[in-house]
Amino acid sequence: MMDDLRELYQEVILDHGKNPRNFRHPDDANREAKGENPMCGDRFMVYLTLKDGVVDDVAFQGRGCAISTASASMMTELVRGKTAAEAEKLFHAFHELCTQDEPDIPEGVDDETMEKLMVMSGVRQFPVRVKCATLAWHAMNAALHGEAAASSDQF
Amino acid sequence: MSDAILNQAYDVQRVREDFPILARSVHARKGKPGKPLVYLDSGASAQKPRQVIQAMTRFLEEDYSNIHRGVHFLSQTATDQFEAVRAKVARFLNAPNDRCIVFTRSSTEAINLVASSYGRTFLNEGDEVILSIMEHHANIVPWQLLQAEKKIVIKVVPCDEDGVLDMDAYRNLLSDRTKLVAITHCSNVLGTVTPAKTIAKLAHERGVPVLFDGSQAVVHGTVDVQDIDADFYVFTAHKLYGPTGLGVLYGKYDLLKKMPPYQGGGDMIESVSFEGTTFKAPPSRFEAGTPPITEVIGLGAAIDYVEALGRDAIAAHEHDLLQYATQQLSQIDGLRIVGTAPGKGPIISFALEGVHPHDVGTIVDQYGVAVRVGRHCAEPLAERFDVGPTVRASFGLYNTREEADALVQSLQAVKEFFGA
Repeated sequence: MMDDLRELYQEVILDHGKNPRNFRHPDDANREAKGENPMCGDRFMVYLTLKDGVVDDVAFQGRGCAISTASASMMTELVRGKTAAEAEKLFHAFHELCTQDEPDIPEGVDDETMEKLMVMSGVRQFPVRVKCATLAWHAMNAALHGEAAASSDQF
Repeated sequence: MSDAILNQAYDVQRVREDFPILARSVHARKGKPGKPLVYLDSGASAQKPRQVIQAMTRFLEEDYSNIHRGVHFLSQTATDQFEAVRAKVARFLNAPNDRCIVFTRSSTEAINLVASSYGRTFLNEGDEVILSIMEHHANIVPWQLLQAEKKIVIKVVPCDEDGVLDMDAYRNLLSDRTKLVAITHCSNVLGTVTPAKTIAKLAHERGVPVLFDGSQAVVHGTVDVQDIDADFYVFTAHKLYGPTGLGVLYGKYDLLKKMPPYQGGGDMIESVSFEGTTFKAPPSRFEAGTPPITEVIGLGAAIDYVEALGRDAIAAHEHDLLQYATQQLSQIDGLRIVGTAPGKGPIISFALEGVHPHDVGTIVDQYGVAVRVGRHCAEPLAERFDVGPTVRASFGLYNTREEADALVQSLQAVKEFFGA
């Protein structure tokens, strides 16, 4: 029982949850999207600075639980420097990882990135928390596509 | 003094045996036993005693039929039992007679019925409806729909830091423009019991009718709609240890009589022709279509159940739990209880510093403790107290002090986990 909890709240998640990285609003951001989960009131803004098709900077602000905050924080670290296409592929890989017992990971995601994403996969044992884990990722994906918001209804 | 006497007579272990689900464990895994269920979410929906489950089963096995339509034996039997529950609900609320009792699908539908039927008929542009800051969305959104349609104005009574309704503000909001007051009788988040009798009296001085949302209040105390002088009073069966899919609207008969139908269909008409249809008198006018017959039978059994235990005895037991749990929770560093009104119901909402309620909910659940986390369908209230989402433990007639202890222990584990 507690093993599941440790699996969900790994040290790295607790760390990112308490000390989120890239928790700011970059001045030069040229894309932004809101992610909102009306059930719990979690709300994030994700900011992207896209330059020549590459995510030059990515950051977020808002308030949420440890899982959603940690996931948003880790997302910013993994997506920076990726092309828009790569970032979208990461979104799909992450979504698979959080929702499928046998995830169908798109090709071209490197092992090191996958290993970092795997940290969040414990959320599969807690179906009601999947929306927490994917909230900022949905917002990031919406921002990539120039949309203003991702609603949890779509998750 | 009287509490102690009542509590001696109240055998909660015996009561728990009536609720089969309370014997189960949760999160059992291969080879590993689960944790005993600690159900502290009765405010969302209460568990059902065997007496209710059996009454519904017996009715389905022996007496089930549609009602109000057949000349056959079963239809008459089912109709008699159905209507006997209407009379029982009337007694339960001390309504003057059973014609004042309308069965709906939920409290939500009962409020929508009043907003739609009474509101559309008697409210016009610029008229004001007074709500309170502590309303459930079910008593906000129907009025907003009416606002969009009829351009009425919604006024909101605030509360103080303890969650006590600001009665001075209420007095000031009442005016010649006020056409209806709709306020909860007991907050589902704060537990605050509102001074219903005074609220109604002040409104009546201006000839304004009052609706009370009694979804929580009927569960935790005795309600007398004539003493309060409520014009409308709504509650739901599933929070009162009865089945889902059934609500009750009490309305003063003079008001119900003036109101047009809410929905059209069978069982609510006198005669139908394409030249024109005439409607039955209330309550039938508001009960279009086949009602939740079996659920009504279940509600009858639920009322019998709480009345057999004694509503004062239940209230005393729950009050003891509230005091004990409040005391224990208050000893946890960084825990802030939202809602500290005197005489409140057994509902404790709280925030734990440094830990999001969603994380609290997931972790205490692993210890078998079921609580509600979120904004409890009362977003404006969460904004008012600037707490965002909270954790809510709500106690029912079957809960024990040991379960309050289990909640506290699981919260200690949360704190250790997060180093909070």
